[in-house]
Formats: sequence, C-alpha cells, structure tokens
Amino acid sequence: MSTPVLHVQHLVKRFGEFVAVNDISFDIRPGEILGLLGPNGAGKTTTIQMLLGVVTPTAGSIQMFGLDLAAHREEILQQVNFSSTYVAMPQALTVEENLWVIARLYGLSQIQERVDDIVKRLEMEEFRHKVTRKLSSGQSTRLGLAKAFLTEPKILFLDEPTASLDPDIAQKIRSFLKEERRSSGLSVLYSSHNMHEMEEMSDRIIFLQRGKIVAEGTAQEIVARFGQADLEEVFVKLAREK
Amino acid sequence: MKFHRIYALVTRYLYLYRRSLPRMMEIFYWPFLDLVIWGFITVYLMKFQGQIPGAVTFFIGALILWDILFRSQQGVTISFLEEIWARNLMNLFASPLKPSEFLAATMVMSILKVMAVSVVMVVCAGLFCSYNIFVLGLWLIPFVLNLVITGWIIGVLTTALIMRFGQEAEVLAWSMVFLFQPISCVFYPMEVLPGWLQVIAWMNPASHVFEGMRAVLNASAEPITHLGWAIGLNLVLLGIVIAAFHWMFELCRERGLLVRIGE
Repeated sequence: MSTPVLHVQHLVKRFGEFVAVNDISFDIRPGEILGLLGPNGAGKTTTIQMLLGVVTPTAGSIQMFGLDLAAHREEILQQVNFSSTYVAMPQALTVEENLWVIARLYGLSQIQERVDDIVKRLEMEEFRHKVTRKLSSGQSTRLGLAKAFLTEPKILFLDEPTASLDPDIAQKIRSFLKEERRSSGLSVLYSSHNMHEMEEMSDRIIFLQRGKIVAEGTAQEIVARFGQADLEEVFVKLAREK
Repeated sequence: MKFHRIYALVTRYLYLYRRSLPRMMEIFYWPFLDLVIWGFITVYLMKFQGQIPGAVTFFIGALILWDILFRSQQGVTISFLEEIWARNLMNLFASPLKPSEFLAATMVMSILKVMAVSVVMVVCAGLFCSYNIFVLGLWLIPFVLNLVITGWIIGVLTTALIMRFGQEAEVLAWSMVFLFQPISCVFYPMEVLPGWLQVIAWMNPASHVFEGMRAVLNASAEPITHLGWAIGLNLVLLGIVIAAFHWMFELCRERGLLVRIGE
C-alpha cells in the first residue's frame, strides 16, 4: 500500500467547552478521493479548516507529504488548495485578475498560459473579464474551482464543489475532477450533501457526526453495514440518531 | 519572506483602485479638502503674523505631515479591511502566505498611498496657499520616513485589534489614529501640554517629528535629538506591534476567529 499523502491522527478541536472535532484519524492515499460526509455541524468544515492551517488543532497531528503541518506550513500549503461554495473570491476584481493574484501568490510561472488553460478547461471564456460580483452562483463556483486547479495542487479540499451548478456543468466538473485525478494523481477530500455524487466520486467515505467518525469505508460497505438501501438512507439514519 | 507573495497582494490592492471612485477619493478628495480648509484658515491667520510667527508654515506643513502619518496608517489598516469586506482571509491564509508577508504588502500599499497623497497635498498647498513644504530642506526626508513608520505602528496595532475583535471594531481604522493626535503635538508645541501628558507625548515618535519640524522652522535648535528619539522609538514600537500582531494572529487561528471575521 502506498504512503498516505495526508495522515491525520487523533485530531481534536475544542472551542471552549464545545468539542467540534473529537479525536478523528484518517489517511488519504495518492490519487484517492475521500468523501467527507456528515450533517451540518458535524465538524466537516472545522476539519478542513484545520487541514488548511487556518484553525489550530487543540490536539493531534496533521501530516502531508510526510511533513508536519504545524512545522512546515509554507511547503505544504504550496502543494495544497481548496474550493468551497461558501468561500468567494474578491468581488471587486475580475475573474482574470483574481486568477492572476492567486498565480502570483503561489509563485507560478507562465501565468498567462496557465490562466488561459484553466479558463478554457472550465469553460469560463465568456465571463473571464467580468467583475466577480456580477457572476452567477454557478460561475462563481467555477471561479473557485479554477483558483484551486490553477496552482496544480497535489491535495485538494473540495467543500460542496457542485452545490450551485446546473446538472450539465456539475457533470462536467465531476468529469474534469476524475480526469485530473487520473492524469496527475491528485488526491481529494470531497465534501458534499449530494449522496449520488458522493457514491460516484469517492473511493472511500468517512462519516462524521458530532465531531466523531461514526462510519468509514466504501459507499457499498457503509450501505451494507447499516442495512439501508443507499447512502442517502444511511445519511438520514445517522443524522437523526441522538 | 517571498517577494512574489508580497507582489501578489500589492497588485490585488491596486486592482481595486482601477474602477473604484470611493477608493480614489480616499487618496485625492479628502486630502484636497483638508488642505483647502486648513489652508484658508492659515491664510487668515497670516494677518496676525506678529502674534504667531510662521503660522502658515507651521499649520500647513503640520497638516501635510499629519496627513502622511494618517494615510500611512490607513494604507495598512484599510488593506486588511479590504480582505474582511471581501471575506478573502480564508483564501489568503490557506495559501503559503505568511502573516509577515501580509504585513509587508500592506506597508508597501501604505508607501504608495503616502506618495500619492503627498503629491496631491504639496501641489494643492503650492496652488492655493503659495506654500512650499520643501522649506524644511533635507530634514523633510527623515521626518517623513519616521511618520510613515509611526503610521505603520498605529496601523498594525489597529489591524491586530480588528482581527481579534472582528468587524465591529473596524471603526478603529478611522478613529485610532486620532487618539494619538493630541499627543503628537501636530499643531502646537509639546510645552503646552500638562506635565503628565508631556511624559506620554515623549513616548510617541510623531511628537518628536513635529517638535523637530518646529525646531527647523524656528532655526532655534538642531532637530537631531528629536530625530534620534523618533527613530529609536519607532524601531522599538514597530518591533513590539509586529510581535503583537503575530501573537494575535496565532490566537485568532486557535480560536477559529480568522475564518469567522466578516461573517
């Protein structure tokens, strides 16, 4: 078995008395898409924020590429990116300006070529010169994805990447993601509330509830373990459990 | 510290000015108004030159120098507020960007703003009040540099407080600097302050710059002592506020505040 690119051990995050993430451990292997499932407030976002280094864990360790995030933040984040439906890009800049800023921030070379390439691959030509605040929600989501893919990360954190996209674009995004994974060995932590998408995209799934991992495995394994018809039923059953 | 990350942020802020009239007003409109109003007041005061020697030079010169300090502080703080308003802190700090690089970018913005505002004010002072700031001679250079650094000190301190206390504290971006104005002795000499306030004013680098400016204009004393104090205090205080900013940044990461500012 290959060495994990992401290794999380006994991760805990407390905000005062509230335990947002409670002793979770998991790995992501090279080229793997790991689904992160859970109801609202389960600790998914806090987990991703800790993995991105914007929230400090209370306990536990995060290693990426064999390096500890706390000690090697800069080297690690150079190879990591994220896209979230809930985190917009600066609204006063155009799409292209935003991409240029990100490219410079990550010290990329041949910026214009890269920007042209990602704009083309994500079908953003028609709005590349538009100010971001004038984009539709689907266009904003594509900009977020373009920003994430522009830097050619080795690990990508995606928080509901297709939430506001129409089915056609959502399908294209999923195909794009699979192609990236196939061609570059990209590893992905994928959070979504769309269970069919989760089944389609994820090699494995971890299910978070009240900060703890309550189920782990392939979609089929989890469905079988809980004796439900599909992943959606498992989600509803676990989400309603006290 | 990586230059390309500082450059990325500076271009990000400069893009904002391309098509934003309110942001351009911050550079041109307010300094222009300040100068016109104060300029005409001092022209009026010229009638009493006998009672207040060099009133024009004092007031207009002081006003320009104060605006340099103010815009320098704004350059740092408003850049941070731009990130809060755009809810962009997550995008920035989930990248390899270091807090020190972020501060450096805001300081570069501060220098660019000061340069733009200075040109506006110097030209307007010449046109409306026939005033030439360069009467201060070469002393002007170290004075201005020190005021820019004092602006950074107040700007970094304000930014750290806004980061900690959230968007409700953003009013500090415009008000904090005025807390320092009475003890900066911009328009009056330090000796008019009560004794206990003079002690506090001595710890403010800006007060030494303005005292130094008055010394040059009066040709009463060499301003080198004031300049020395200003430089020393600036270096010490800048080190302290940068350390405080880093400490606050870590505190905010620990409490999850960094990603919640602006929500």
